[in-house]
Amino acid sequence: MKVIAPSLFTPKRPAGAVQMQQFHALILPHLDGAYNLARYLTCDATLAEDVVQDAMVRAFRAFPQFRGGSPRAWLFAIVRNCCRTAQASSAGRVALVIHESSLGEEAAAQLNDHADPRPTPEEEAMRQADVGLVRAAIEAIPEPFREAIVLRELEELSYAEIAEVTGVPIGTVMSRLARGRAMLAKELLPQDKAADEQSRSAS
Amino acid sequence: MPACADQELLLGGLIDNELDAANVALVEAHVARCEDCREELERLQAVRHRLRTDGVRHVAPESLSSRIAALPELAPPRSANDNRILRWLGPGVIGALAASVAMVTLLPPGTDSVVDQEIVSSHVRSLQPGHLTDVQTTNQHIVKPWFNGKIDFSPPVPELADVGFPLAGGRLDSIGGKTVAAIVYHRRLHTVNLYVWPAKDSAERSFVKDGFAVTEWSRNGLRYAAVSDIPPAEVRQFHQLFEQRSS
Repeated sequence: MKVIAPSLFTPKRPAGAVQMQQFHALILPHLDGAYNLARYLTCDATLAEDVVQDAMVRAFRAFPQFRGGSPRAWLFAIVRNCCRTAQASSAGRVALVIHESSLGEEAAAQLNDHADPRPTPEEEAMRQADVGLVRAAIEAIPEPFREAIVLRELEELSYAEIAEVTGVPIGTVMSRLARGRAMLAKELLPQDKAADEQSRSAS
Repeated sequence: MPACADQELLLGGLIDNELDAANVALVEAHVARCEDCREELERLQAVRHRLRTDGVRHVAPESLSSRIAALPELAPPRSANDNRILRWLGPGVIGALAASVAMVTLLPPGTDSVVDQEIVSSHVRSLQPGHLTDVQTTNQHIVKPWFNGKIDFSPPVPELADVGFPLAGGRLDSIGGKTVAAIVYHRRLHTVNLYVWPAKDSAERSFVKDGFAVTEWSRNGLRYAAVSDIPPAEVRQFHQLFEQRSS
């Protein structure tokens, strides 16, 4: 686990109550989204938690500079930068390849996480297997496309917001989404996958 | 078969609702003619369906939420009450301990200042683009029924345009963890938010917090709080006009 520099924890003068409350109202509700983004960018559960914690501290310090617009896009841009920093500092770390055995563990852990009653165990297992498949497919595509797909399909950001988070023009966002979707279609749609394998074995 | 290369981005824009009307018409006309693009559109939608399977999106684990809540930077300032941190810690973290502390500290007079603060914060938040009104109209007969079925009380929505407070609309908001009606009036270029929620009658009061003028009053089992950046005297004037017109 990455050790967060102690300087991050140096207590600061308490900020204004309004600012604190605004931060709680505008930024903290996007914790799930921030984690989801960090998780798909790092492909690492532990690292993602560290990144999000780091990002929240930075976001809080930078919050006085937040000038309206989409709070979510603003936070996600910080999360993204923190992912970059974390990945650079752990250079040599290879993106985790998810094996089926470890997927099973993850699925099992997830099952325990959700205490609420669900359909039958078989249905749940099927669903979990499907979730694992989709997650692995997303993690397998190259980062610029993965990032665009996660922001659009899972976080439902607008093109303008994605452009703001990733710092590229909207046209680039559109072409990344198109390529990302094409790659995912090959993996996730049965007929596309079959056609792809056929053409590969034929050549 | 691959879709037409020149349509690829437009098809994406179509399912993402990001095209303007002219482009929507163009791409829809093309899709009606072109079978390959029709198939591609279905493929895009199938991929979206798979991606949006429940559980694909990661949710912050409890351990992370509690780490964030425990950050010294995010601890509420000394003057604040405990209920805010409770709300943010979410269910289950600190749990029984905080709850028992809250039982002791949340009761009045502490509650007042928190609600005051929330009224002002909610007003500030509502001024962000797109946050002000859920139902946007100058017609009182649209705003009032709009609240029906969304809240279990019926706030009066008098017309005040002729006395300088034109109606702008309404929305639901949350104050002190309760759902409240927010009725929005304008005053010149300023916005007046009027929050209404059921509460025991208590005294009328006016105060200024962070530069925003607030006037609160009770009537017929409803508590009203008007907040705006106009001068406090005008907020009190708004209160009087509102009372006259709603009785």
